Amino acid sequence: MGGTEPPRTGTTLVRPDDPTDRPGGPPLDASERVVPLRHPWRWIATVVVLIVSAQIVHGLVTNPFFQWDRFAYWFARPVILDALLITLKVTALSAVFGLLGGVVLALCRLSRSPVLQITSWGYIWLFRSVPLIVLLLFLYNFSALYPTLGIGIPFGPTFVEFDEAALATEIVIAVVGLSLNEAAYAAEVVRGGILAVDHGQHEAAAALGLPRRYQFRRIVAPQALRSIVPNYVNQLINLIKATSLVFYVSLLDLFGQVQSLGSTYPGDIVPLLIVATVWYVILTSLVSVAQYYIERYFARGAVRTMPLTPWQKLRTGVAALRGRIAAGALR
Amino acid sequence: MTTDATTDTATATTLDPLADVRPAAVEVHGAHKWFGANHVLAGIDLTVQPGQVAVILGPSGSGKSTLLRTVNHLEKLDRGHVSVNGELIGVRRHGGRLKELGERAILRQRAGIGFVFQNFNLFPHLTALENVAAAPVATGRVDKAAARELAAELLARVGLADKNGAYPRQLSGGQQQRVAIARALALRPGVILFDEPTSALDPELVGEVLGVIDDLASTGTTLVVVTHEIGFARRVADLVVFLDHGVVVEQGTPAEVLDHPRHPRTRDFLAKVL
Repeated sequence: MGGTEPPRTGTTLVRPDDPTDRPGGPPLDASERVVPLRHPWRWIATVVVLIVSAQIVHGLVTNPFFQWDRFAYWFARPVILDALLITLKVTALSAVFGLLGGVVLALCRLSRSPVLQITSWGYIWLFRSVPLIVLLLFLYNFSALYPTLGIGIPFGPTFVEFDEAALATEIVIAVVGLSLNEAAYAAEVVRGGILAVDHGQHEAAAALGLPRRYQFRRIVAPQALRSIVPNYVNQLINLIKATSLVFYVSLLDLFGQVQSLGSTYPGDIVPLLIVATVWYVILTSLVSVAQYYIERYFARGAVRTMPLTPWQKLRTGVAALRGRIAAGALR
Repeated sequence: MTTDATTDTATATTLDPLADVRPAAVEVHGAHKWFGANHVLAGIDLTVQPGQVAVILGPSGSGKSTLLRTVNHLEKLDRGHVSVNGELIGVRRHGGRLKELGERAILRQRAGIGFVFQNFNLFPHLTALENVAAAPVATGRVDKAAARELAAELLARVGLADKNGAYPRQLSGGQQQRVAIARALALRPGVILFDEPTSALDPELVGEVLGVIDDLASTGTTLVVVTHEIGFARRVADLVVFLDHGVVVEQGTPAEVLDHPRHPRTRDFLAKVL
């Protein structure tokens, strides 16, 4: 301090090197527009990112290792599409059963009954602890543990009996295994969503004397879904990819089919893996788009004005850019 | 019940010729409530006659809100009982004892008692109209079209005829609270309870909400209002109740309690808030 401090005149600070800042400098024109701040680093970063991206794309296209012609050959082959259908079927069934199970488990954990609470907690604890692949292989060998399954009075007579081996086809094993696993995670997602609803909402619903089912369906659930949807979609994307494990219970899903084709045509393994990757990316993207619009739907009332959709943003962005270019051309 | 009601009319301030045959609108008897070791309600007796406006005053932590919340059974009493229009709330007589009611019965009772919260607690995902129409539809009283018509009528009555389609977050605090009042009115309750209805509002918005409550008071609906608005109490209250440390310190007409408080604690409190 001391020596470097600029001299003071009265209470105003004077910087002698900048004549325009000095009181009594040239008079300001009040109608002049303020010059916006420039962002040179943003431009530099943009250029760097574009160059790197171009390089990656160039490498992908020109490297003969990827064999794009073989990729094109396999991409929509019936064997691949059939396998994709299995992946979709297993994902959809497990997502539905998993979510239903998750809702029941979450409601049990939030119930006032200690027995239900502990049972639900125990289920979640167990199925989150067991690796999915272990669970699937367990189920695959289940018929050795319990050769028949029956419906009847517990510890009493049995009315219907099934032969386990006939009942447990590969797809049943896959869906049961994935659903059991999914339910444990979905339960926590749903419970988190319900807990996120403000306590005042429960009180207001109770004070109005709304029937309990109505309270849950119309007041609590729609608000809980706002936080459930993004988390559950995350879970769903994991599930899509987790279906690739059903290969180990002899079910030829997308990944399983690619594996088995790869051993028949060893030269095509890389393009085949790219086929699987692209299909998984497409599935995930479709789910993400659906998520965006579902979230928008449940955001009703949560924001004062709805944000623009990416499509609307793009259109307004292009219009603004055009305006700027036109203004620049006029100068 | 009836004997209690007749003895308590002595303290009632309106000259209602039916007061001794009609049951009291709200009656609290020997109410005790503990939160852990904290004795929030330490033996409260209170009677509000039909058509009366009762204002409950008291420092924070005195048990005002808890007392109000026991009237529609949002809080359970540990001892004592509450009845509204002669019907025991949350419990039923079983021989000489009181047994807790099932949830369905409690919900049915609550539908007859309006409740307005300090923080409005409107349903944020529903429009103003849907907020008001929800309860009449859900409780199966009217069909959807009739409920919407009723809701529009009630919103107009609280001065929000142009806000039917607005979501709560698009409304000011005062407007939200008026929607909340319309929502409470939708079930045509015999009694409406207000828990500090203006405490969460900016000062310039307090008036519009109190105005709506004033109008309600003049229609003869029984109101029980927990508030810090002494001016409002003076203007519309038939009965002012001063609570401190979970007991009724003093009660009477606004002239008695607000202008000539007998108890030093009442005087202290009024000196601070006025």
